[in-house]
Amino acid sequence: MIQVQNLSKAFGDKEVIKNVSIDFIKGKINIIIGESGSGKTVLSKLMVGLMEPDSGKVIYDGNNFIGLNFDNKREIRKQIGMLFQGGALFDSMTVEQNIIFPLSMFTQLSEQEKTERANVCLKRVNLINANKLFPSEISGGMKKRVGIARAIAMNPKYLFCDEPNSGLDPKTSILIDNLIKEITEEFDMVTIVITHDMNSVIEIGDYINFIYKGELWWKGNSSEILKTANKEINDFVYCSTFMKKIKENL
Amino acid sequence: MNWLYHFGRYYLLIKRTFKRPEKFSIYWQQYVLQMDSLGIGSLGIVSIISIFMGAVICIQSAFGFESPWIPLYAVGVSTRDIITLEFSPTVVCLILAGKVGSNIASEIGTMRITEQIDALEIMGINSSGYLIAPKILAAVTMFPLLIVLSMFLGLFGGYIVGVAAGAVTPYEYIYGITYDFRPYNIVYALVKTYIFSFIITSVSAYHGYFTNGGALEVGRSSTKAVVYSSILILLFNVIITQILLS
Repeated sequence: MIQVQNLSKAFGDKEVIKNVSIDFIKGKINIIIGESGSGKTVLSKLMVGLMEPDSGKVIYDGNNFIGLNFDNKREIRKQIGMLFQGGALFDSMTVEQNIIFPLSMFTQLSEQEKTERANVCLKRVNLINANKLFPSEISGGMKKRVGIARAIAMNPKYLFCDEPNSGLDPKTSILIDNLIKEITEEFDMVTIVITHDMNSVIEIGDYINFIYKGELWWKGNSSEILKTANKEINDFVYCSTFMKKIKENL
Repeated sequence: MNWLYHFGRYYLLIKRTFKRPEKFSIYWQQYVLQMDSLGIGSLGIVSIISIFMGAVICIQSAFGFESPWIPLYAVGVSTRDIITLEFSPTVVCLILAGKVGSNIASEIGTMRITEQIDALEIMGINSSGYLIAPKILAAVTMFPLLIVLSMFLGLFGGYIVGVAAGAVTPYEYIYGITYDFRPYNIVYALVKTYIFSFIITSVSAYHGYFTNGGALEVGRSSTKAVVYSSILILLFNVIITQILLS
């Protein structure tokens, strides 16, 4: 479980995260949604230590991550997998080398064991024949899948997905969503998905946290979000004609 | 006070860069790769520039010494001193600042804006150590070798063109470049090169590492890397020369 307690962050005079407290549950997909610029990416960066908060705590299974030095943070970070918006694959390495890289850095596995582990991860994301390709040679959807394979290579306890569907066609988006759902249940991870894609929210969201102007504005599940009377959520969820038609049929 | 902010941030980055590696064998691989990329990769440009500049320095010296009172071997002496004291360690390092510095800043800057550095951090890897330390160490290893090679090629270029153009005889040129040779000059040149190698790689890495934004900012970081490295090279050139030759 990850607990965020009273987290705040300001850039100059602008307060982008205001006293946010959320519990993220193990084995479930915990979604953070919000408009662009609402502070959801900053919140995720604060949680993984890419930014330092002004106040508050981020507790990973009882250990407060904030204020730890780099070496102590490393121990927690080894248990974190992260899928980045653009994949963030290392350009100079092949797909296989990207997955092997964290294993080489932190394990004593032999070359053969590392290759086998990489193949298992690639098979899990349905990418078998892409081992020797470079990131520049694969599509956006494939990059996301390689990103997931790299994220799960070290058997993480916590998985962060930053906009996993951005730039993907609807079919590939559903494929990635389902993959995230399956591996969350399979590895019993705390999965946090940062998105503004309502389709993902309804498809895979177990717990939904709506961030509005840096505050935790609303929380609930995927069926509750469609029926809530909260104005800001309705403005966000039902802004498209398609979603308005869904609302009429609810 | 902006420079103080940058100096402080640069100092902290360098301090973090030289922390104990997570796995020595991976850093060693990177070090070898960087020696190839930064050192062997610069062999061509250093060789071409050194040969041609050596030739020009020799011809210009001969042109300047066109007097019955100055012995012809002075052409060799002046070519040697210009190449070993200033051209190879300083001018070649300025050229390397352009080639290697922009390469380092754009490579690391692109990694920053495409979140590859964030990915390293989240894996628990000291990103500055992994990306910057092997580059600095590779440059400090390879650049002095390149500079020594540049000295030889510069003198060789001067010999070939000087003799072919009839500006100097082979005997006088060889006599000139060996006349009153002071090995301390080579020590001075190498001390400068070690310091310049560190400046080129660390300043360029600093500008790349703290790139913010998109492709435009990567370009700006790359330009800043070359400009600031070159200015610092010129500044330290004066300081080191004053300390070692005064």
